[in-house]
Amino acid sequence: MKILVCITHVPDTTSKIQFTDNNTKFDKNGVQFIIGPYDDYALARAVELKEQLGATLTVINVGEAETEPTLRKALAIGADDAIRVNAFPSDSLFVAKQIAAIAKENNYDLIMMGRESIDFNGGMVHGMVGEMLGIPSVSPVMKLEIEGDTVKMAREIEGGKEHLEAKLPLVAGCQEPIAEWKIPNMRGIMSARTKPLQVVDPAGEEIATEVTTYQLPPAKGTVKLVDKDNVEELVKLLKNEAKVL
Amino acid sequence: MSVLVYIEHAEGSVKKTSLEAVSYGKALSEKLSAGEVIAVALGRLDSGELANVGQAGADKVIHVDDEKLNAGVIQAHAEAVAKVYQQSGSSTLVLAKSSMGDAVAARLAVKLGAALVSNVVDLPDTSNGYKVKRSIYTGKAFAETSVNKEHKILAVKKNAVDLKMNGSAAPVEKVDLDIAPANFVTEITSTDKATGEVLLPEADIVVSGGRGMKGPENWNLIEDLAKELGAGTGCSKPVSDIGWRPHHEHVGQTGVKVAPSLYVAVGISGAIQHLAGVNSSKCIVVINKDAEAPFFKAADYGIVGDAFEVLPKLTEAVKALK
Repeated sequence: MKILVCITHVPDTTSKIQFTDNNTKFDKNGVQFIIGPYDDYALARAVELKEQLGATLTVINVGEAETEPTLRKALAIGADDAIRVNAFPSDSLFVAKQIAAIAKENNYDLIMMGRESIDFNGGMVHGMVGEMLGIPSVSPVMKLEIEGDTVKMAREIEGGKEHLEAKLPLVAGCQEPIAEWKIPNMRGIMSARTKPLQVVDPAGEEIATEVTTYQLPPAKGTVKLVDKDNVEELVKLLKNEAKVL
Repeated sequence: MSVLVYIEHAEGSVKKTSLEAVSYGKALSEKLSAGEVIAVALGRLDSGELANVGQAGADKVIHVDDEKLNAGVIQAHAEAVAKVYQQSGSSTLVLAKSSMGDAVAARLAVKLGAALVSNVVDLPDTSNGYKVKRSIYTGKAFAETSVNKEHKILAVKKNAVDLKMNGSAAPVEKVDLDIAPANFVTEITSTDKATGEVLLPEADIVVSGGRGMKGPENWNLIEDLAKELGAGTGCSKPVSDIGWRPHHEHVGQTGVKVAPSLYVAVGISGAIQHLAGVNSSKCIVVINKDAEAPFFKAADYGIVGDAFEVLPKLTEAVKALK
């Protein structure tokens, strides 16, 4: 059994988002980068499956050299080896192509990743990889068990959940509560330094979409406070001023 | 040339988010002279309900009335929509962002060789190329994105355009498609559905509670207000983590992102991760006994006070309004 987990390298969820160079580049100044929170759930579940089924676990990232510490962290959490496709992850289709190309060479049984990255929030890469490989893709997966070659999953849908079954191979976009995040221990951190991290060139250069400029939302005005003993006033404001009732 | 809109339905009704996507398709077609707006619906559904899609702006509805498509098998839906897209000679596909919309859109982008833009918040700007504005960093920023392919898929975020139900009923054309069995290999064995509630991602008003509610036994106060407002109920991450409320009610960066007209947050301090899930709301009301709660900085209106005193009064005041 071979598992591939796709890792995004994204700003910490508490980061203040800013742009530079005339709003054409993300300002990395003072920003801490992490494994995407959803990818972290996928990775945690993959480590459990690895232990349970004796699988091998590879992690992959499409990114430039700066993402290697993030991949090393994934190795510390429990992956066996890592692949970095040396390219700027320009859009979801491009990233999916890179992952599909590696997957075709290595025949993974299960490809897991987060339901979406928290930078561009597209939530598309898992479906694209599934289609490129001609295998099912399921997202957002909140529970995943493997019995033989059958994968039993629960998928979140609007206002509820759906239980599904499919055969391996399969692509899953994951979210909580599929597993608890794992924090690397000292042994993991030490061993991660020497685990293999292979750097490969990207497949193809076609770019379907490209960001031209970034914008921040308009600043919020100051809050209008209403006295707690006069809630009728709030209802009036919501009706007559904000016009939302 | 035409604009195709993928329609989702649940319990016999077309989803409001899909009607919004139709209105988006209509506005796009008018702005760019992109031809007919065709809606495509899969699975069993009443023709009268489908004709109503015309009111949101569809010129025609294609109905693949195939029982096998009732369940949302992702691959099968993607295959069916791809066939309709090609047969109708469309150049743009519009759909609402949702658990099904995303999954189908991704596979379609590959099938159709189309460029895909997700979280679209406005109509395309074609004054210089073809640019679409989308929400990124979980609502903390926007990106103007240029689209470099003939075929385009736009996954539209809630409130990107106003839903306009001012059109007329549209003709419904039934189409039979031959979807290969290989597309049905994923089997949906059962569905747990929250019934009788306003679906959170689609709710126009949301009332959320945080740890300030002190326990699940107090949620009736949130529910009473929500009922008066016709609102969906949400909660903060700690509340779903401790198990006071189900996970699908968790609003925030790693939970449901909502974009209602009105978001009422009760006893939620306003961590940046929670704000990321609500920052597309038109109007935010914060009720918190701590005047220093960071949520007040992101709010339009606020009440500094104890939720247990304020909520019943507020529910009464809303009731009195009617």
